[in-house]
Amino acid sequence: MAYTQRIDGRKVDELRPMEAKVGMIPNADGSAYFKIGNTIAYAAVYGPRELYPRFLQNPKTGILRCHYNMMPFSGSGERIRPGNKRRAQEISMVMNNALSLVLDLTAFPNSVVDVFVELPQTDAGTRCAAISAASIALADAGIPMKDMVSSVAVGQVDGTVVADLSYGEESYPAIVSDIPVAILNNTKEICLLQMDGEISKESLIKALELAQTATAQIYDLQIKALKEKYRVEK
Amino acid sequence: MIVNKETIFNLALQNKRLDQRNLEEYRRPIVIETNISKTAEGSARVQIGKTVILAGVKLSIEKTYNDTPDEGGIMVNAELTPLSSPEYEPGPPGMYAIELARVIDRGIREAKTINLKKLCLEPGEKAWFVSIDLITVNDDGNLFDAAGLAALAALKSARFPVHDPATGVIDYKNKTDQPLPLVKEPLPVTVYKIRDSLMIDPTKEEEKAYEARLTAAMDEKGIISALQKGGEAPLSLEFVSKMLDLAAEKSKFLREQLEQALKR
Repeated sequence: MAYTQRIDGRKVDELRPMEAKVGMIPNADGSAYFKIGNTIAYAAVYGPRELYPRFLQNPKTGILRCHYNMMPFSGSGERIRPGNKRRAQEISMVMNNALSLVLDLTAFPNSVVDVFVELPQTDAGTRCAAISAASIALADAGIPMKDMVSSVAVGQVDGTVVADLSYGEESYPAIVSDIPVAILNNTKEICLLQMDGEISKESLIKALELAQTATAQIYDLQIKALKEKYRVEK
Repeated sequence: MIVNKETIFNLALQNKRLDQRNLEEYRRPIVIETNISKTAEGSARVQIGKTVILAGVKLSIEKTYNDTPDEGGIMVNAELTPLSSPEYEPGPPGMYAIELARVIDRGIREAKTINLKKLCLEPGEKAWFVSIDLITVNDDGNLFDAAGLAALAALKSARFPVHDPATGVIDYKNKTDQPLPLVKEPLPVTVYKIRDSLMIDPTKEEEKAYEARLTAAMDEKGIISALQKGGEAPLSLEFVSKMLDLAAEKSKFLREQLEQALKR
């Protein structure tokens, strides 16, 4: 039984409906709302601001700090108890690695740029939504960036390579692989790559090629949302 | 903009504010949306001016407490996220978050908002427990009132998930159309004292200038179910009385806003 018809009727390379908004958190220096399917991420950027405690400061450059958090009512099952969890810490770290690549913070020595992502509702692909939202918020904050980071999960469900897995697909009762990917848009290089499940090398390469075209769609939306806010009135 | 307390004091003496409102006026817009999170059993987003807060209700089946074997329970948690203000840092809830959660909790609990006996499934064994999480998205002052509105809106929108009484397994993916057994609907209003003036709905800027505040949660009949005094200055009985009158008037106003929003 091959997976020929996706659970929600999408084409194999089709993303769930997306929505992006810029600047909905006025307190923040930059902010964004990014929705893909039933996964929603709010991102806020604060900084560059002075970094405390001081021993963390780097006199050569500013640093990036990402914080990922799911709201207690955002999971598909029971309430999620608040508090620092290993999962959230790891996701914060891989987000940091992916986003640091495009930032140039050398003009802000000893400072920090904080990125906070909160998810009120989730249905798979949360770290990817978090990265796509954070990337828009960083641009909104006016942080010098070499590129935009766009992120989506790809994977293989029962032999079929698909883009943007839903929770139903992640937990499909067959062999499934879930591969969150983040891509730098100019070079098409990969800046986040994780996987769980099982996949052959050939299918993996095919999935990563799909990730490149899929993230291009996210990139278009990110740019569109930013242009909406920074539209020049003629 | 940097404004010192004195400016806010002096404006208040002339019944004026930085944003042109009068002292007894809420900011606009007041936006109340429900069902903003499909993963929660009930949820709401409340915006008052630039203050935005989310509330989410999750339901679970737990062992009943020994002292109330025939009742379910409620729990309120508030998080002042670092997303919502440059003043907040990641980590466990601080004093202000705890105060906010406890004041909202008391307002709901003491008014006997939810008929906890109707949450009982098996006396001495199992009952439904209601968790309310309040999460700030943008803190521009007056979190108490916004949080109280959001909590009540989320409770009103909540629907029980499908559950199997035999196994006790909850199917969180599917909701029934059964609402929570709400008996009363308390809403908190916070009145601030600045010199001899009373003010409501302060912005973050104005919040730094108050001398005393009094939060009162009131139900539709004006019965008070929770009080919390804050700030450094003491309050005369005369002032407490005036503050409660204003709170009663404004809780009616907020209730109208909520009812209108839920009709839509």
